[in-house]
Amino acid sequence: MKLSGRKIYKGKNKGKTIVTKDGISFYGGVDPDTGIVVEVGHELEGQSVSGKILVFPTGKGSTVGSYTMYRMKKNNTAPLAIINEKIDTIVAVGCIISEIPCIDMIDISLIKNEQEVVVNGSEGTVEILD
Amino acid sequence: MKLTFEEQDMLDGKYGKATQKSMEILTTLGEIFEAEDMIDVVGVQIAGVSYDNLGEAGLEFLSEMAEDGKVRVLTTLNPAGMDRENWRALGIDEEFAKNQNRALDAFAKMGIITTCSCTPYLIGNTPHYGQHLAWAESSAVCYANSVIGARTNREGGPSALASALTGITPRYGYHLDKNRQGEVLIKVNAPVKGTDEFGVLGKVIGDKLVKLGKKIPYITGIPSASIEELKSFCASVATYGGTALFHMERITPEFDTYPKPSDIVFDINQSDLDKARAELIDDHLEIDFVSIGCPHASIHEIATIAKLLKGKKVKKEFWITTARPTKRIADEVGYSKIIEVAGAKFAADTCCVVAPIKGRFKGIMVDSAKACYYGRAKNKFKVKIGKIEECVEEAIK
Repeated sequence: MKLSGRKIYKGKNKGKTIVTKDGISFYGGVDPDTGIVVEVGHELEGQSVSGKILVFPTGKGSTVGSYTMYRMKKNNTAPLAIINEKIDTIVAVGCIISEIPCIDMIDISLIKNEQEVVVNGSEGTVEILD
Repeated sequence: MKLTFEEQDMLDGKYGKATQKSMEILTTLGEIFEAEDMIDVVGVQIAGVSYDNLGEAGLEFLSEMAEDGKVRVLTTLNPAGMDRENWRALGIDEEFAKNQNRALDAFAKMGIITTCSCTPYLIGNTPHYGQHLAWAESSAVCYANSVIGARTNREGGPSALASALTGITPRYGYHLDKNRQGEVLIKVNAPVKGTDEFGVLGKVIGDKLVKLGKKIPYITGIPSASIEELKSFCASVATYGGTALFHMERITPEFDTYPKPSDIVFDINQSDLDKARAELIDDHLEIDFVSIGCPHASIHEIATIAKLLKGKKVKKEFWITTARPTKRIADEVGYSKIIEVAGAKFAADTCCVVAPIKGRFKGIMVDSAKACYYGRAKNKFKVKIGKIEECVEEAIK
C-alpha cells in the first residue's frame, strides 16, 4: 500500500516504524544523546526513536527543538525519516537543517508499529511493505 | 510558491551553502503556510543566542552557516547567557563564557550586529509602521506588530537566521491584512499603571486568550501607556497567551484600521487583576535576588533606579539587565556609577531568563510578569512581582 501526502524534506529511507498518537517535543522530550523519549507520561517514554521511521501526529514545545533534532543527527541518534499528520514549524525546520526525510498530510492511523516502510520525502509518499 | 530568478538561484545553491539551506527553510515554511511568494524584510532579530539554549548542536549549526553565510539586512541578536564584559562578577564560569563567545563569534562572522538585547527597537533596529520583518523574540515581535504597526511572524532561531542571510520571508500570517484583525474585545474596567501592573494585565489577557483559543485581542479602557509599560505588557501577553499582535484603542496605530470585534467580549475588573497578581507571588518566599529589566531596561528605567539607589546600599544580589548601548548612556550620564556604588550590578547583553542561573537563588523579585514565568519554569526560583520602587526597596532592606 502506498500513501500520498506532502513533501516536507527530500530524501528516501527504508526502515521499521515507531508510531505514537502523542505529539513530540524534541526539546526536553527526547534525549539527544540516546534518542530515547524521556517525556514523562508519553506513549513512547523509555523507547528509542533512533534509526526508525518516526510516525506521530505533530510537533509541540519550544523552537529549540529544531536544534535538538540537529544534535540527534550529529550523534547518530536521529530517526531515519519522519511522518506527520500535520507538520509544525519546529519539526519542519528541524528536518531541513538536519536533512531528515519528512512528509506530512498522511492518515497515520493506517500505519502500524514495526511495519517495514519506505518514506520518499521528495515525492511525499510512504510505501508500506508488509 | 512563486520565486524570483534571484530567489531560485539562491535555492539552487548559486549563492553558497548557507544561502541555499536558508532558502530550503523559507520555501518549506512558505509551502506549509500556503504563502504565494516571498517579501523583502528590512530587519531581522535572532533568538537562540544563549549557549544555555543553543547547546553544542545549535552552535555547530551556526558555525556551519557561518562558513559562507553573510547577512543581507540589518540583523541584531537576542540576549546571550552572560554579560560580555562583566561575566565573572555575575558568577558565570569560564567554560560557559568560552562557549558563549564561540556562538557570538559565529554570529559576528555572518555580519550580524551582536547587540544581544530583547529590545532591538530601543537601540537602532527600529522599524517603521507597515514595514516587514523577520523577528524571533516573542516580546519584540508583539511590540513591533502592535505598538509600531510593523509586520512579522513569530520566527524561531533558524528561520530568522534564514531571513537574515536572504533578506526575505514567506508572505503569510501577520504579513497579510486579513490576519491582523482583532478577534476578542477586552474591556479593562480598572486603572492600570506601572510596568508590573501592565505585566499583570498581560497575564490576565494571555490566560483568557489561551482558554478561548484566540490570539489577537482588541483592548479598550487604557487611557495612556508609556513605552516601558507597553514593553512589559508585550512580554507578558506573549508569554502567557502566545500573542504576537494586539490592538489598544487610541494607543496602537492600527486600532481603527480593522473593524472592532463584537462577537466575543469580556470584561477585566479590579478583582481579575488582583487574582492574577496573587498568582505571581509565591508562598513561603525568601527573596535573595532582585532583577529589573525584563524586557531590557530603558534609559528612563535606569534613571529611576539610580534615583532610588542614590546613597543607599543593596543587601541582596541585584541585577539591572539592559542592552549594552543603553548601559553606555547610563555610564556617560553617571547613573551607572550611582548604581554600582550602591552595590547593584549591571548585567548587559543578558537577562535573568537566559543566563545559566538555574537553582542559584531561592527567590527572585521582579517588576515583570514574564520574568516570573521563566523564573519559576526554567530557573526553579520562587517569585514575587512588584513595582520598580518595591523591587529596589526589597534589595536594600
